[in-house]
Amino acid sequence: MTEMVYGAVPKRAGEPILPKWWRTLDKWSMTCVLILFAIGLLLGLAASPPLASRNGFAPFHYVERQAIFGGAAILAMLLTSMMSPTLVRRLAVLGFIFAFIAMALLPFLGTDFGKGAVRWYSLGFASVQPSEFLKPGFVVVAAWMMAASQQIHGPPGTTWSFILCTLIVGMLVMQPDFGQACLVLFGWGVMYFVAGAPMVLLLGMAGLVVLGGTIAYSSSEHFARRIDGFLNPDVDPTTQMGYATNAIQEGGLFGVGVGEGQVKWSLPDAHTDFIIAVAAEEYGLILVLIVILLYTSIVVRSLLRLMRERDPFIRLAGTGLACMFGVQAMINMGVAVRLLPAKGMTLPFVSYGGSSLIAGGIAVGMLLAFTRTRPQGEIADLLGGRG
Amino acid sequence: MIRTPLRPLARILPARDKGENPDAIERENIRKRHVEMEGKARNRAEGRLLVLGVFFFGAFTVVGARMGHLATTEPAEPVATINGAAIAAQRADIVDRHGRILATNFETHSLYAQPPQMVDAEAAAKGLAAIFPDLEEAELLKDFTGKRKFIWVKRRISPEQKQAVHDIGDPGLLFGPREMRLYPNGPVAAHVLGGAGFGKEGVRSAEVIGVAGVEKKFDDYLRDPANGNKPLELSLDLSIQAASERVLLGGMKLMNAKGATSILLDVHTGEVISMVSLPDFDPNDRPRPPTEGDDPSVSPLFNRAVQGVYELGSTFKIFAAAQAVDLGLVNRDTIIDTAGPMKIGGHRIGEFQNKNYGKLSVSDIIVKSSNRGTGRLALQIGTKRQKAFLGSLGMYDPTPVEIVEASGGQPLVPERWTDLSSVTISYGHGISTTAMHLAAGYAAIANGGNYVSPTILKKSGPQYGPRVMSRQAADAARHMLRKVVKTGTASFGEVPGYAVGGKTGTADKPKPRGGYYDDKVIATFASIFPSHDPKYVLIVTLDEPSVMAYREERRTAGWTAVPVAAEMIGRVAPLLGLRPDVEPGQVAGITLVNN
Repeated sequence: MTEMVYGAVPKRAGEPILPKWWRTLDKWSMTCVLILFAIGLLLGLAASPPLASRNGFAPFHYVERQAIFGGAAILAMLLTSMMSPTLVRRLAVLGFIFAFIAMALLPFLGTDFGKGAVRWYSLGFASVQPSEFLKPGFVVVAAWMMAASQQIHGPPGTTWSFILCTLIVGMLVMQPDFGQACLVLFGWGVMYFVAGAPMVLLLGMAGLVVLGGTIAYSSSEHFARRIDGFLNPDVDPTTQMGYATNAIQEGGLFGVGVGEGQVKWSLPDAHTDFIIAVAAEEYGLILVLIVILLYTSIVVRSLLRLMRERDPFIRLAGTGLACMFGVQAMINMGVAVRLLPAKGMTLPFVSYGGSSLIAGGIAVGMLLAFTRTRPQGEIADLLGGRG
Repeated sequence: MIRTPLRPLARILPARDKGENPDAIERENIRKRHVEMEGKARNRAEGRLLVLGVFFFGAFTVVGARMGHLATTEPAEPVATINGAAIAAQRADIVDRHGRILATNFETHSLYAQPPQMVDAEAAAKGLAAIFPDLEEAELLKDFTGKRKFIWVKRRISPEQKQAVHDIGDPGLLFGPREMRLYPNGPVAAHVLGGAGFGKEGVRSAEVIGVAGVEKKFDDYLRDPANGNKPLELSLDLSIQAASERVLLGGMKLMNAKGATSILLDVHTGEVISMVSLPDFDPNDRPRPPTEGDDPSVSPLFNRAVQGVYELGSTFKIFAAAQAVDLGLVNRDTIIDTAGPMKIGGHRIGEFQNKNYGKLSVSDIIVKSSNRGTGRLALQIGTKRQKAFLGSLGMYDPTPVEIVEASGGQPLVPERWTDLSSVTISYGHGISTTAMHLAAGYAAIANGGNYVSPTILKKSGPQYGPRVMSRQAADAARHMLRKVVKTGTASFGEVPGYAVGGKTGTADKPKPRGGYYDDKVIATFASIFPSHDPKYVLIVTLDEPSVMAYREERRTAGWTAVPVAAEMIGRVAPLLGLRPDVEPGQVAGITLVNN
């Protein structure tokens, strides 16, 4: 009767959002991210009091901020991971356009905080680094373009995305921010690789990167000094590298003990670029290996999940995001152990930094959205003998 | 391989006939092809993603392994290493003609502070102020507690000071090795050596660059590591230089002069054996250059020998006489009428103290230093030839001595060379040169008529330039110079055994705004010795000398510069290895009688 009077309860197409999200989500990766964030807070407790005391704040000022920003980042991650790939793409394109304009306006409106590179907008309570938000946006836009170019009658999206990439890299180099520029270039390269780049071209590009590096080395003093410092076999104990190496050695397997570390007092970037050195000194190799394991599992799991993805856009975007995330972590830790030349790059989710945390949350949220399990036409594959 | 037949219109044509939309079929076709392409792309991507996954896994493993390797190695004692380009600091020594060190390098340290590493800024400032009296404790403390991260405290400190600073024990006080230039002989040959300072400066080393003298002139040579640390050999003789400086300083004080210079030149090689300019300075601690507006010649940095351009007066007369003989116009005994009045271009040419010598031989013109006599010789020679002759002696260009300051000694020559110029220049007025120019001119007379270019570098043998006068003319001039000392104005210049010859010159100093001072002169004695076979030229010049002798204030060179030069020759001639030519005569005023 009720149905006759009020009409039938309309049936929802598909299942409710949350259960579906939980069912299809890569729960392992998300757990890893949350653990990383927790480790970040833990290390912040150790690494940031010296900075806080130098800047005249309460000892745990930066930890509090980290917790607030981290909460926001996790929220952003969860929300993003619940979206459908199409929605993610639409929002990311909008976000990309916004971030692109913001970065283009940096030379006029940005500040350098006395660090020699104009990368930030000062908002009073916090500073925003548009390039952090630009990266995930760019990955999605480039993936969209590349995927479109694979369609019959599709636009020459790969070329477009390359032009866009060059533009962004150029802007980043002008700041100068060679680290982010390399990251963007790397992200694009990886996507192009997965999208089916011809091998000859890949080798050629590797040559170009080497050439570009050489030119940067010979023309930029800033860049050359860092490379020289890296190539020099003896580490100067009064440089950041020297402190970091020393800290790792002091820490040994189990660390010198919570709060007992010294490196945080001498390294100006102990809470960002060299946080892994603080971790190694206070908690030892164990924690560092755990951190490395977490990053590895996030990246490798994501890539493996993307292997079965039929949709080229999702595959490309996911690949770009995962690789950028992984490479950023790898470079940060590689610098601390002197495998790579000194380059200011934050450790995603662990380092202190408002923009980088929230941008990282969004990026990982996108990644989780892309790696969700969805029907890939396996039955059709089996029946049609495709594959 | 099964191929679908290439008949794209097979389904479309019947569909059209049935009135259906063929686009739907086209879309269906494209969809099918997409599915197929996606499958292929996925297969390719699968492999590539696997590659990426393995790459990341490998890379993270490497980072982890490296971390483990680092963590299990013992922390090494930190050792400071040189980072980046080191500044080459090795600089060649400078030695005299016998290889004695004039300038060398010395290991020392600079002291700098890094306040962020400082433990106790107050104690550090206090300790430093106690060690270095010239540092203010309050200012140091201000620096150490301020925002600066790097402060130079002292550029050079001694080993004792270094130890004292070390004993303060503050890790924020650091030392950088420094190579400094050391002049072990202090002010001896200061003007020749010049000095050195720091150029580009880093924490770990600093570039030493020459700032004056030969240090600057030969900076490239001294710094060039390719020279294998071969020292720069100068023509100077350290002991003679030192002796000359002592004698000249004494002479300058006795004669109440405000400055003095002497040059000892080898007449055959042009080597400068000693070169003194007083007042001098210590190149280890170079004074500041004179400020704008001051008279630069007052500064001790001023090298009078090669920079001081003055009218050198009657010392020039010998050039007129030598040229007149060279041209065959006269010989030593030709009688010239020097009686006044003599008017050239409306100017009267007078003699010293308005004397009137009457008829004089050419020799006696030089001996008595007659202005009118040389004036008449100059008129006979003619403007053009006189000009060319002085040019061949190098009187119009800065001297070629290899000291940077030498290029500043540009002689002053009249713009229009009139007959009057000729006459005045014949007795050394109207042309201003440096003492070094004069030395080169006298060297040409002394060595028999060849120009030699003065040099500060050691040479291995005679370095004759072009012949400027005949041997006969040079010999005649030599005899005249000897006679000046024997019987003329330079009779105080006689040094027993060394047969000194020479010519005095006393020139009134010009006022800065034109005209001449009555009571300020430049007294010069240009000498050669031994005059029968001259080997050396010695020029002694005193600036504003004045001495009381026989109840009269005397300024002429014969009373001032000549005795100083004689004393100097007496001191340096034995050092030069010259045998005194002692005539065997009565050994003593008594006769031994055998009773």
